[in-house]
Amino acid sequence: MAQMTMIEAIREAHDVAMAADERVVVFGEDVGFFGGVFRCTAGLQEKYGKSRCFDAPINESGIVGAAIGMAAYGLKPVIEIQFADYVYPAYDQIVSEAARLRHRSNADFTCPLVIRMPTGGGIFGGQTHSQSPEALFTHVSGLKVVMPSNPRDAKGLLLAAIADPDPVIFFEPKRLYNGPFDGHHDKPVESWKNHPLGDVPDGDGIVPLGKAAIRREGADVTVLAYGTMVYVAEAAAQETGVDAEVIDLRSLLPLDLDTVTESVQKTGRCVIVHEATRTSGFGAELMSLVQETCFYYLEAPIIRVTGWDTPYPHAQEWEYFPGPGRVGDALKKVMED
Amino acid sequence: MTSDISPLSLNVPEPGCRPGNTPDFSDFEIPRAGAVPRPPVDVDPDAIRDMAFSIVRVLNKDGEAVGEWAGALSTEELHEGLRHMLLLRTFDARMLNAQRQGKTSFYMQHLGEEAVSCAFSRAMEPGDMNFPTYRQAGLLIARGYPMVTMMNQIYSNAEDPLHGRQLPILYSSKEHGFFTVSGNLGTQFIQSVGWAMASAISGDTRISAGWIGDGSTAESDFHAAMVFASTYNAPVVLNIVNNQWAISTFQGIARGGVGTFAARGHGFGIASVRVDGNDYLAVHAVAKWACERARRGHGPTLIEHVTYRAGGHSTSDDPSAYRSRREAAAWPLGDPVERLKKHLIAIGEWSDDRHKQAEAEVLATVVAAQKEAEAIGTLTSGKTPSPRDMFEGVYETMPPHLIRQRQEAGF
Repeated sequence: MAQMTMIEAIREAHDVAMAADERVVVFGEDVGFFGGVFRCTAGLQEKYGKSRCFDAPINESGIVGAAIGMAAYGLKPVIEIQFADYVYPAYDQIVSEAARLRHRSNADFTCPLVIRMPTGGGIFGGQTHSQSPEALFTHVSGLKVVMPSNPRDAKGLLLAAIADPDPVIFFEPKRLYNGPFDGHHDKPVESWKNHPLGDVPDGDGIVPLGKAAIRREGADVTVLAYGTMVYVAEAAAQETGVDAEVIDLRSLLPLDLDTVTESVQKTGRCVIVHEATRTSGFGAELMSLVQETCFYYLEAPIIRVTGWDTPYPHAQEWEYFPGPGRVGDALKKVMED
Repeated sequence: MTSDISPLSLNVPEPGCRPGNTPDFSDFEIPRAGAVPRPPVDVDPDAIRDMAFSIVRVLNKDGEAVGEWAGALSTEELHEGLRHMLLLRTFDARMLNAQRQGKTSFYMQHLGEEAVSCAFSRAMEPGDMNFPTYRQAGLLIARGYPMVTMMNQIYSNAEDPLHGRQLPILYSSKEHGFFTVSGNLGTQFIQSVGWAMASAISGDTRISAGWIGDGSTAESDFHAAMVFASTYNAPVVLNIVNNQWAISTFQGIARGGVGTFAARGHGFGIASVRVDGNDYLAVHAVAKWACERARRGHGPTLIEHVTYRAGGHSTSDDPSAYRSRREAAAWPLGDPVERLKKHLIAIGEWSDDRHKQAEAEVLATVVAAQKEAEAIGTLTSGKTPSPRDMFEGVYETMPPHLIRQRQEAGF
């Protein structure tokens, strides 16, 4: 066990995977000599050489396209898109190619590929450094979509993603890189030090894809969350006194529907929280699934608390961000019905 | 505003010839065969900049192979090359007809472009990988991929290796160095560079070849491929098949103000060569040169194959709506099959009678394969893939939500 930030845990996962398997190669913008703008690949070039960890031209479509070719060759590329907001030029390569190789070629060619990208707001990043585009990827057959909320899961899920035989989109909530964040932006910043989930196991243990974690047990309402919103939900439960069960989905696709269903059938209420925009967001899918599996158990309409359907604003960040106040209001409202 | 400035106007390039016009290729500069010297494979790209504006040609108008690029193929190999092109042309004719008969949904032929993929294939080694577009089936035919299997794919029947999931002709065969064809354009060009980078990362000696059409060079992925190939000195041969037409859009819309597509390579410091795409010997010689250059670690080559799409873009296309019906016949680089045939006759290794006999044999071979494939099934008859198959292979292990959906669908 070692105490780590999420950045250190992600770096450690790369290190473990690269040491174990020489087919693992790492590249992206600024990831080589410098070790990434968030430092998630620091020291890897020095340790594994320039042909296994290197800088790429600023061309996201090229980064993903080249990685697909490498995966088809037999390597296991783990690539970084500097911000999730920058992934759109690569969307064609991800959707039409990475996600489809196995199916369209009947496994003649496959694409074991991990595409990492920092996501989410809370850092005054404005509309081009704050987005949460996970629903654009959960909508695509052939992809897996993962979002850890802490250092321990970040390492275990990244190792699972690298071991996975199919392409995985790996979202890293950048506001959680250095500490848990419950949405109270005016309070002192917390670090992962002394946080139980900042304690990261040594070695190559994985956290399996498709398994949610219950972060807070409760009897009154189930909160479905992932990434930064896990801590916001925990804070909202604490502050409102509502006995909420907070589920950290961890994997959006495949989704641990069993854990979700079991919890909602137990509590009879459900609040869904995500930072991404609302319309056609992943919360809509969650709401449909909960409705399909738990309708006769529900005591109240399901509520979504999300980012607004606007571009992510700069100065109005905290009015956009679905913080503990809004989540708390939803918890109280769902209990009133 | 000063008075000597007039209002701006938009430049929209137009081809020289539209339906009803007389085709005119008099502006198309064609160097004589043998005029372009063959540089050493480790040549500095800067030293051969003129090759992007000329055309490597081996066969002259009398059918003789001339110049420094000649002499790379034995008579036996030339006979085989002619047979490959005849097979591809006959295969195309039969499958085009099968589509008209409703046995499949869609087909794309190679008419006029057979030399490009058939000759290139011969320059690659087993283990190398092509990232083809939809008009390089000659890569498979020349590698001996079974035509019955190609037809099974086209018919989406029960023996289709892709289980009916993919559009007709978007084949895949790793064993034959043929990457799964995408229906999206340009995406595979950068993938070929990534594959080549992987070979270099792994200390391998295998190389890859990317393929793209003249129209798709306008895609951003073309630029990505060129940057990556240049930066990492990837062992890749990047092929542009300039068949003059992107459906109804003439090559000038993608090319813009630059003289040739090959010249695009200059900005990236990539060796760039134009070749007569209807000259089997020239395509092979240039391909061989570029493959050796890549394999010996001298870096990527951009090849522009200058050819002409004599048929429609696909079975969904009617070219008479946008270009002259007489344009194909006026195309100055001729027909690849006729030119190789003429060469073989010129060197005393072929005759009209032998050619007729070869055509008959090839037709019999293709018809036999077609009968075999149709005995299994077509898109509309016989044995078809199981509907269950569409749920398989989305992931290596089927996730719970797909299992539920498959059950819901009743398969």
